Amino acid sequence: MTTRRAFLAGSGSVALATLPVGADGATHTTTAPPADGNDSGHSEGHAGHGAGTNGPSFRGGRGVDHAANGFDPQVVLRDFDHGTVSVEAGRTVRTWEVHAQDHEIEVAPGVRFPAWTFNGRVPGPTLRATAGDLLRIRFVNGSEHPHTMHFHGIHPADMDGVPMVGRGIISPGEEFTYQFDAEPFGVHLYHCHVGPLAEHISRGMYGTFIVDPPGGRPPADEMIMVQNGWNTTFDGAGNQLYAVNGIPFAYMYDPIRVRRGELVRIYLVNILEYDPINSFHLHGNFFEYYPTGTRLEPTEFTDTIAQVQGQRGICEMRFAHPGRYMFHAHKTEFADLGWMGFFDVSDEDPA
Amino acid sequence: MSAEPDHEPMPDTTGSSARGGAPLWLLASAVVVVVAAVLGLLAVLGGASLPGRVGPPIEELTAERTVFTPGAIGLTVRNSGADAVTVAQVFVNDTYVDFSGPAEPIERLGTARLDLSYPWVDGQPYTISLLTSTGLVIEHVVPAAVETPQAGAGLYGLMALLGIYVGVLPVLLGMLVLPVLRRAGGTVVRVLLAVTVGLLAFLAVDAFVEGLDLAAVGGTAFGGPLLVVLGAGLAFLALTAVDRLLATRRQRDGTRLALMIAIGIGLHNLGEGLAIGSAYAVGELALGTALVVGFALHNTTEGLAIVTPLTGQRVSIGVLAGLGLLAGAPAILGAMVGASVDNAALTAVLLGLGVGAIVQVIVQIAPSLRDPTSRRALDPPVAAGLAAGALVMFLTGLLVVS
Repeated sequence: MTTRRAFLAGSGSVALATLPVGADGATHTTTAPPADGNDSGHSEGHAGHGAGTNGPSFRGGRGVDHAANGFDPQVVLRDFDHGTVSVEAGRTVRTWEVHAQDHEIEVAPGVRFPAWTFNGRVPGPTLRATAGDLLRIRFVNGSEHPHTMHFHGIHPADMDGVPMVGRGIISPGEEFTYQFDAEPFGVHLYHCHVGPLAEHISRGMYGTFIVDPPGGRPPADEMIMVQNGWNTTFDGAGNQLYAVNGIPFAYMYDPIRVRRGELVRIYLVNILEYDPINSFHLHGNFFEYYPTGTRLEPTEFTDTIAQVQGQRGICEMRFAHPGRYMFHAHKTEFADLGWMGFFDVSDEDPA
Repeated sequence: MSAEPDHEPMPDTTGSSARGGAPLWLLASAVVVVVAAVLGLLAVLGGASLPGRVGPPIEELTAERTVFTPGAIGLTVRNSGADAVTVAQVFVNDTYVDFSGPAEPIERLGTARLDLSYPWVDGQPYTISLLTSTGLVIEHVVPAAVETPQAGAGLYGLMALLGIYVGVLPVLLGMLVLPVLRRAGGTVVRVLLAVTVGLLAFLAVDAFVEGLDLAAVGGTAFGGPLLVVLGAGLAFLALTAVDRLLATRRQRDGTRLALMIAIGIGLHNLGEGLAIGSAYAVGELALGTALVVGFALHNTTEGLAIVTPLTGQRVSIGVLAGLGLLAGAPAILGAMVGASVDNAALTAVLLGLGVGAIVQVIVQIAPSLRDPTSRRALDPPVAAGLAAGALVMFLTGLLVVS
């Protein structure tokens, strides 16, 4: 019924609701959109100028405190862990020690997230080997929660790091050494596989696992980029923050410095939880794309690729011109919520 | 207390007991001191003996006012939850935005103004999401962004005009039926009083529901729907007291009843003006012919309510105009306040005041509805009048479109 106050409904203050924010936008609307034929005389094209038009920004254009977090995306970017190398019966053996740790991370300035991590950082350490090596990963669970390390690769079932197979779940305080051969060559990933799986992944338990081809790849300025998200409300319905290498907008406030003309190789991994597809787009340039890095010939020369969760590949490019070049998910919502950064190209050595 | 059987059992109010013991003020002070001491001990020791809350922090913010200026959105929020809230980041329609505002936590019941840099576009819906330090997202949905009118002579003039249109003019218009009523017989007047009660009851229920709606969404920090009940109760008690005061000076006559009805309707129109003003401020009110004519027809019935008790006596034009202004002019004040202070809690209280005032008026009129000969309370003409009153309000309410 239309009372004379029906038109006043919703006037005055409108409630703030503590609602999950669906990354797909489906759960956003709590109030009916304006009715059709609203005759309240909206003028056209009234838009503000300047503020906000320069793109997304955290408050005051400020990033997080990397030192307090204990890891810096700028370091994570080019940090490859080759392990402790020894030789057994003429074979290269690499060993690592990885600790599961509960660790609070400032995921956006002033926003603290109780993360579950490998070695206190997100993404976890980038483990790197050469095809054919024997790998031993001693996994120590120092977290309050049960975890495993599940590697993508070719290995025996009891080394798969999933519950109820082989050693299965590694309980808090326990440890286990995963041992398998490095194969096939390419860019892979590892992550915890304890249920509820979505929670263990979205809390931060993932990292990159690179197997170099015999003889390696051509010299390049190499870097890893792990695409992730943060569901700060823990509603399991979507993410409030998106990033590469853990911290949203990190490379926007601190651009990645590369040298003009030098070959740049990005090991790109998508582990994003809750959203079905992620993507990578580079401005002002094109790149050769090697899906999963398991072939030495690229399949595509492009400036945009898409990856589902667990999908990964290698992007190779050379910047022809100096200056700042944006890179971001070509899913604008992800970009505006943190998955955005800059390359800073110059003739100087980035170091 | 004394155990002597002949002693007066009631406390002595003169300040000292008959037995010459401690004076009353001393006894009262002693009680206060003991209560304060026990409460103090309880606060220090009792709190420590119980565990704290087991669950996560309870963070709640209520948007009290949203101001749209070119390229910026100003959001005033109030902490309506149990714990302090720190707004760490803000995103609008899934884009993080730069903003200024206090960096320190917003304490319980405290307010903060956040100024967002955002190129909003006229008429579009926006979801403003506040990301707190714990990762909670608190959303504020704006159905359609409209530039907020700047407070000033222009706005106040407009609101005064609006108040005159929807408050003063219709009430005065309705009072013009007085000569017609005078010619009518006693039963007709009784039926018209019933019509008045019917329309007042409709107004009360309507305002009560509206007040509850507003309080539930915007006034939770201050008790939510309880605000409406509180306002209604206070208004009822206050007006009843005023009525008793007047009754000691004068006979129960028509002028006094008309005055009480005018006060009640005036309080009602204050809340209604406030709601109209704030609706205009957030761009949800279309100021058109339909609104003004609809309200005029609707509120004309309020004028009828005021003059019906006056059919049996002579009153001057001045008194009539005064009654009309008393009932209608508060709409002007309400509209001006509403347009500049958009506060759901205040509006809810004022709507509640109107409800209490109207209920008090109904209680006043009710005895006049009895059949003077049979003394029956609800004879067919009166029942028909009550129904007609409610129906007239319902139907004229349909004319108010926005």
